[in-house]
Amino acid sequence: MTEHSHPTAGVYLRVAAVLVILTVLEVGVFYVPAFHPVLVPVLVVLSAAKFTLVVMFYMHLKADSRVFTFLFGAPLLLAAVVMVALLFLLLGALTLRGAAGAG
Amino acid sequence: MKSWLTTTDHKRIGLLYFWTAFSFFLIGGVEALFIRAQLAQPNGHLVTAETYNQLFTMHGTTMVFLALMPLSASFFNYIVPLQIGARDVAFPRLNAFSYWVFLLGGLFLNASWLVGPLFHAGRLNVAPDGGWFGYANLTERQFSPGPNIDFWLLGLQILGISSLAAGFNFIVTILNLRAPGMKMMRVPVFTWMTLVTQFLVITAFPVITVGLVFLMFDRFFGTHFYVSQSGATPILWQHLFWLFGHPEVYILILPAMGIVSDVLPTFARKPLFGYTVVVYSGVLIGFMGWGVWSHHMFSVGLGPIADSVFSATTMLIAVPTGVKIFNWIATLWGGDIRGTTALHFAVGFIAMFIIGGLSGVTHASPPTDLQQTDTYYVVAHIHYVLFGGTIMGLFAGIYYWWPKMTGRLLSETLGKWHFWLQFVGMNVAFFPMHLIGLLGMPRRVYTYAPELGVSDLNLLSTIGAFLIALSILVFVVNLLRSRTHGQRAGNDPWGGATLEWSIPSPPPVYNFSVIPTVANRLPRWKTEHHEPMRDPPAAPPGPIHVPGGSWWPMLAAFGLPILALAPLTHTLWLAFVGAAVLLAGIFLWAFEPFEV
Amino acid sequence: MTTHATHTSLGLDNRKMAFWAFIGSECLLFTSLISTYLVYKGKSVVGPYPHEILNIPFTSVSTFDLLMSSLMMVLALAAVQRGDMKWGKIWLFSTALLGLVFLGGQVIEFTEFVHKGLTLQTNLFGCTFFVLTGTHGAHVTVGVLWLLTLWVRALQGKLTSAHATTVEISGLYWHFVDVVWIVIFTVVYLIQ
Repeated sequence: MTEHSHPTAGVYLRVAAVLVILTVLEVGVFYVPAFHPVLVPVLVVLSAAKFTLVVMFYMHLKADSRVFTFLFGAPLLLAAVVMVALLFLLLGALTLRGAAGAG
Repeated sequence: MKSWLTTTDHKRIGLLYFWTAFSFFLIGGVEALFIRAQLAQPNGHLVTAETYNQLFTMHGTTMVFLALMPLSASFFNYIVPLQIGARDVAFPRLNAFSYWVFLLGGLFLNASWLVGPLFHAGRLNVAPDGGWFGYANLTERQFSPGPNIDFWLLGLQILGISSLAAGFNFIVTILNLRAPGMKMMRVPVFTWMTLVTQFLVITAFPVITVGLVFLMFDRFFGTHFYVSQSGATPILWQHLFWLFGHPEVYILILPAMGIVSDVLPTFARKPLFGYTVVVYSGVLIGFMGWGVWSHHMFSVGLGPIADSVFSATTMLIAVPTGVKIFNWIATLWGGDIRGTTALHFAVGFIAMFIIGGLSGVTHASPPTDLQQTDTYYVVAHIHYVLFGGTIMGLFAGIYYWWPKMTGRLLSETLGKWHFWLQFVGMNVAFFPMHLIGLLGMPRRVYTYAPELGVSDLNLLSTIGAFLIALSILVFVVNLLRSRTHGQRAGNDPWGGATLEWSIPSPPPVYNFSVIPTVANRLPRWKTEHHEPMRDPPAAPPGPIHVPGGSWWPMLAAFGLPILALAPLTHTLWLAFVGAAVLLAGIFLWAFEPFEV
Repeated sequence: MTTHATHTSLGLDNRKMAFWAFIGSECLLFTSLISTYLVYKGKSVVGPYPHEILNIPFTSVSTFDLLMSSLMMVLALAAVQRGDMKWGKIWLFSTALLGLVFLGGQVIEFTEFVHKGLTLQTNLFGCTFFVLTGTHGAHVTVGVLWLLTLWVRALQGKLTSAHATTVEISGLYWHFVDVVWIVIFTVVYLIQ
C-alpha cells in the first residue's frame, strides 16, 4: 500500500476544534435575530466548510489519489445539480400554479 | 453441481447470467405474444383487462430488468476481465452475490403470476399491473389494494441491490485490474462502455431506491409521499422514477453500442474509425443522459421553461449518438467485409437504432410529443431502440463471443435464418405502431374499437411478433445444436484484435497463463505501427492461485427475498429472519479466508 | 481479511476504491431524500410544524457528539496504523459508544415527537422527517455494528496494523455518515 505522510494527532485535534467552533457559529446564527436575513447563505457556507474539513482531512481525500476525489466528487456534483433542478421544477411549479393539481 | 452454486469465477457467473437472463427473455417474449394475440383484433377477449395490465407491466419489467440488463451483465462478467487482461473481477464473491440476488429477485417478481390464492385474490395471477414505470397515485394502496404493486416495488428493490453491487465491482475492475500497458485509451470500446454504464448504475439506482421506499412507506405505513390531499404531489414519483429511468435507458443501450464497436472492426478487418471520439461520445452520453429526464413528462404540465430546457437537452444528446453512428459507418467503409451473422446483427443494430433514434428526436419537441405520448408511437420508438438496438446488439455479441465462451461456433446458416426472420419480424411488428399511434390508439389499453381504423395494422403487428418468436426458436435450436454439432472454435475464430482472442476457447480457469503486457490498442493485429503480440503460452510457467468457491454470497443473497416477504405477507418476524440470514452471510463472508 | 499484493493499474487499494464509489452513490441516495424534504417543506396541511417541535439545543448536542465521534475514529485509525492496538481498541470503542449515544438521542427525540403528536402518518413533515433521519439513523446503526465488530476482533487479537485499510474504510463510512448529518442538521433543523 502506498504510504503517504499521515497527519499527526495534532492536525486532527485542530480540525476537531474548528468543527466545534463552526457548529457553535451555526447555532449562534440561528439564535441571533440580527442574522436572520442572511441565515440561509451563512448556514450553507458554514456547513459546507464543516463538510469539506471532514472530507479533506478526516477522510484524507486531500492527500489521497485524485481518483478517489473523482469517484466521490462527480456524483456529489451531480447530486447537487439534481437537487437544484428538483427544487426549481417542484417548488416553482407549486408556487406558480397553486397547490391544486401541482402543475 | 456444487461448484456452480459456490462459483466465484467470472466466466461461470457470466454463463449463469446468460442462461437465467435468456430464460426470462423467453418469459417476457411469451407475455408479448399474449399481448399481441389479444390486440390482433378489435374487441379482443383472449384475456381480461386485469390480466392484460399484468401482461404489459411484466413484459416491460421483465425485459428491462430481468432480460436486457442481465444479458449485458453476462458479457460484462465473461468478457471484460478477458479484454483487460485480468484473471477475474476485483471482488469475485460480490460478483456471485450479484448473480444470486438477481436470480432470487427475478423469481420473487415472477412468483406473483401464481400465488394469487395465497393472498385471497380470487384469481391465480396477482402480477404487478401498474406499468413498468408504476405511476403514483395509481400505485397507492387506495387504488391498488392487492399485493401486485408490492411484488413490483419489493422485487425491484432486490434487483437494485444486485445491480449496485455489480456496478462497484466493475468500476474497480476496469480502473484497477488492467494488464500492464493497458492504458485507458487502449481499452476495447465494449469495456469502456461497460465502465460508463456502471457509473450510470451507481448514480441512478439510489434515486429509484428512494422513490420505491416512499411508495413502500405509503403502501405499508400510511405515509403520504404521493398523496395530493396531504399537500404532496404524485409528480414527485415521476421525477424520481425518470431521474433513474432515463439513465436506465442509456444503461440499456451503451453496452450494446460497445459490442457493436468491437464487432464491426473485426469483420471489416479495419480498426474502429475514431476510437477516441467514440469513447468520448459514450462518456458524454452518460453525463448528458442525466439532463434529459423530464422529456418523459412533457404532458404533465411542467411549464414552458422546463419543457424548453429539457427539449433542448434532449435534442443535444442526439449529437454524440449521431457521431458514433457515423464512426461505425466509416469503420465499415472500405473495409474487407466478412458477412458473418455477428456482423449482420451489428449492422442491423445501426439501421434499427437510427430509426428508433429518429422517432426519439420527434419526441424531443414538446408539441409533437403531446400528440405522440401515451400512444403506440412511443411503443414503436421503445422497441426500435430496445429491440432493434439493444437486443440486436446483444445477439451480435452472442454470435461473436459464444465461441469464446463455449469453444463452439454457432451455425452461420441457422444464424442467417435467425437474423432475417428477426429483422423482418421486428419491422413488421413495430413499424406499423408508428402509424397506429398517430392514428390515435393509446398505449396500455387491453382492446380497441373497430371504428378506430387500426385493426389491420394491429393484425399485421401481431404477425410480426409471431415471426420474431419463430426467429428466436431458430436461435434456440442453433444454441442447443452448437453444443454438440458446433464447429470447434479454437482460440481465435474471427481474427480478433483484442486480448480475449489470445487465449483458448473456453479459457482456462486462470484466463491468461501469463498476464500479457500491452503496447497498443489492437494487440493481436499487425498494423503499420506494430507487430502482433505473442499469445500467452499454452501452459503457465508455474502454479497459478485461483480462489475457490464460497457459499456465503448465496446465503447472504437469500436474506433479501426473505426480508421482502415480511411486508408482503405482513409478517414482522420474517424481517428479523431475513436480516439475520443477510447478516450471517455477510459475517461469514467477511471472515472467510479468501485470497483473490 | 487479507489481500495479497496483486498488481493494480492505479496503485490503489481495490476496497478503498470501491468504497469511495459507494460513498459517491450514497450521495445520490441522501440527496433524493433531502430534496424531497425540501420540496415538501411548508406544504404540510396540518401540524405539528417544525418550529413547534424541533429542539435545537438537544440536537446541537447530538451534532457535537457525532463530530467528536469522527475525531475518535481518526485517532483509532492512527493508532491501528502505528500498531498501537491498546489505543486502537479504546478509540474504536469510543467511536462506537458515541454512535450509540447519538442513536439514543434519536430515540429520545423520536419518542418526544410522537408524544407531541408527530408521527410518520401525521403530515408531510412527519413523513419526510422520519424517513430522512430514520435512513440516516439506520446508517449509523450499521456503522456502530461494524465498529463493534472490529473492536471485538481487536479484543481477540485478530485486528492488527496489517488490517489498517479495513479500519480506514470503516472510518470512511463513519465520517460520511457524520457528513450527511452535518447537512441534515443545517437543512432540517437550522433552516426552518
